Amino acid sequence: MKHKSDNVLLDMRDIRIEGFSDEHWNPIIKGVDLQLRRGEVLGLIGESGAGKSTLGKAAMGYVQPGCRIAGGSIMFDGVDLARASEVEKRKFWGTRITYVAQSAAASFNPAHQLIAQTIRAKVRENIESENAARTDAQELYRSLSLPNPETIGDRYPHQVSGGQLQRIMTAMAMSPRPDLIIFDEPTTALDVTTQVEVLLSMRKIVREFGAAAIYITHDLAVVAQMADRIKVLRYGEEVEEAPTRTMLSDPKEDYTKSLWSVRALRKPVENTEDITLSVENVGASYGPVPVLFDVNLRIPRGRTVSVVGESGSGKSTTARVITGLLPPKRGRVVFNGEELPATLNGRSKEQLRRIQMIYQMADTAMNPRQTVGEIIGRPLEFYHGYKGKKLEAEIINLLEQIELNESFFDRLPSELSGGQKQRICIARALAADPDIILCDEVTSALDQIVQEGILQLLLRLQKEKGISYLFITHDIATVEAISDEIVVMSKGRVVEQGDKETVLSPPHPEYTQLLLSSVPEMDPAWLDKFA
Amino acid sequence: MTQSQTSYSADQEVAQVRRRRTRGERIRLLLKKSPFTARIGLAIIIFYGLMALVGPFFAPYGESEIAGPPLAPWGNGFLFGTDQIGRDILSRLIFGARNTIGIALAATLLAFFLGGSLGLVAAISRGWVDQFISRSIDVVMAIPALIFALMLLTITGSNVWALVVIIALLDSTRVFRLTRSVAVSVSVMDYVEAARLRGEGLSWTMRREVLPNILPPLVAEFGLRFCFVSLTIAALSFLGVGIQPPTADWGTMVRETANMMQFARFDITAGLTPLMPAACIALLTIGVNFVVDWFLQTTSGLRDET
Repeated sequence: MKHKSDNVLLDMRDIRIEGFSDEHWNPIIKGVDLQLRRGEVLGLIGESGAGKSTLGKAAMGYVQPGCRIAGGSIMFDGVDLARASEVEKRKFWGTRITYVAQSAAASFNPAHQLIAQTIRAKVRENIESENAARTDAQELYRSLSLPNPETIGDRYPHQVSGGQLQRIMTAMAMSPRPDLIIFDEPTTALDVTTQVEVLLSMRKIVREFGAAAIYITHDLAVVAQMADRIKVLRYGEEVEEAPTRTMLSDPKEDYTKSLWSVRALRKPVENTEDITLSVENVGASYGPVPVLFDVNLRIPRGRTVSVVGESGSGKSTTARVITGLLPPKRGRVVFNGEELPATLNGRSKEQLRRIQMIYQMADTAMNPRQTVGEIIGRPLEFYHGYKGKKLEAEIINLLEQIELNESFFDRLPSELSGGQKQRICIARALAADPDIILCDEVTSALDQIVQEGILQLLLRLQKEKGISYLFITHDIATVEAISDEIVVMSKGRVVEQGDKETVLSPPHPEYTQLLLSSVPEMDPAWLDKFA
Repeated sequence: MTQSQTSYSADQEVAQVRRRRTRGERIRLLLKKSPFTARIGLAIIIFYGLMALVGPFFAPYGESEIAGPPLAPWGNGFLFGTDQIGRDILSRLIFGARNTIGIALAATLLAFFLGGSLGLVAAISRGWVDQFISRSIDVVMAIPALIFALMLLTITGSNVWALVVIIALLDSTRVFRLTRSVAVSVSVMDYVEAARLRGEGLSWTMRREVLPNILPPLVAEFGLRFCFVSLTIAALSFLGVGIQPPTADWGTMVRETANMMQFARFDITAGLTPLMPAACIALLTIGVNFVVDWFLQTTSGLRDET
């Protein structure tokens, strides 16, 4: 190592963390070493459940309720946080070690002004007078390129956008000039164009003040932009660790290579003139607020049409119009040659059966009190009238089609992993034997490895059954993996529509260009283009 | 956990394969894991249930039989003495179980059926249906419950059926409020939307999608409401429009024997006599709430683990 040893800020040795469930202690982290020098950014990546958040929080000497540090030491600047008392740790927390959470919206107190929350830790510890702290916070807002840095702090959390809130949280973390910041998936909840801005300002401010940071994420492209070194975790153990460039160009372990190759999935384009469903000149509004303007799109039979755009661009609203949840103000939806009734109540059971929907959050899309068998069985019973043994056989058949098995029959959704939940939702849609499945951001809540599994499943099912997909997403990698045609939407209008190759290759309309360029690439120098 | 595997596969995500359990096995497992308090609660409820069903066969005297001198002391053939006209207290306590629990249970169940259904309909339908039901309920709630009950009972006359229906109607307004407010937050979930998209009717959505998810607060409310209903019946009986003498009812018994309290300084057991029926109500309340707590505890976890 070229750095001197006194430069080591954080030295975690053989950390073991256990969680209490089913009446005994289960290991979560199984002996991981982690070293961080001053001013260095370490990326922690892994699937959900790999223990990356637990390890990141342990760097503060903090474990979640129901967990305990079972062994190892956490030396932070000469103090062992694994053994320090709450009072001792509190001296570090919020001032020398700070934390940026995934959901800024859930982490701010909605009843207080932003600036008061930004400077709270500093004022509590009497580091600075309140006035000085306020001036400093405004400076931080400015360097994070927030609009109106002098006054934005007087607002309340609901009065700023998600991206702004995440930056204000970064300002809060930076305000006491900490030695160490822990970023726990800070951009996961943001859409790509916002993510670029937040990443840029985070990186700028970390470099400006020379703080060390631990950056936790499951997005490899993001970690490539932020980190000097990357540590890969799996099942609570370290897989490998290397400087970012080495890690990207020359991963050693098979597991890491599989992480890297996820984005290689590409569907060959196939075209057909046989149109299953077309949306014609549709305009729609929520109450008096218009949200869709003259939207046209076609879904060819057995093909995938991806709808891309930022949040608020009208992607999901278009799907709601197609399903009949939101009757359009103008225009019509034509399905298999006939016009669909505008409202849900006007449609026949047969029409409903042929159009199915899969939701983004599988958690809320499944009734938590119904077992997997009931969830999948209901459409079979409802549309096809299966009963008794036949029904049971059909459910098991569907479970096998989605690569699960009979043992899932009696499980509740809470007993499934994220990927399994989404598979059950796919099975529920399949059970109806539909012509079209509307997929609303179905993979965006999942880890990349699990995403790939889901996408492959969808592609296979399409091939076998000739189902058409309307695939709503903001992730361009997913679009490349699955679509035949692409529709780009912005502010309730269709900006561009065409087959995948045409839309993804230049020249682009201005908005498509912005959207495409905002997708993080696995190149550490990618973010510099925006600086 | 297999750790050698390096590439993704759904089979591996499946990890542990678990045998399917039958309903009987699951219930046995649930009982085996139940906490101590829940077992006490269950024991109390089963005891009361038995008492209500077969108790009268074991009662030493009849329900309204004048078996001895008025206000006889404890012991001497009357375990808990006799009341002001010489009826055996123990026998009346046993007969009271059937009347009190039966009427209170019937009224509470009916209140939950009415209030729950209306609350679910309002929460799922929204719009003018919701407005109509909610505002009508508000009107009923605006009238003081006890006075309203008195008025209605004066019209119908005091019989058990009228009592049950009227108490249920008045209590259902509270149940409606609770059901509607918790059901509204459930009915905006994606799975309810998925059921609508599937073309399910109102009844299925109410019973299968929403109801199971709002059960915990409703069950907690049921435990409380049951106790309140017993108290309302006692209050109405006290005013003379509730359960009519000579029918034995714990609430009425408290009232009838209340002035024996003043003899407590001569004979402590005389002071305890009015507390006996009160203790019966209290013990039942405790038992019901132990079981309710257990239910809430198990449903919050949503698991049946090995």
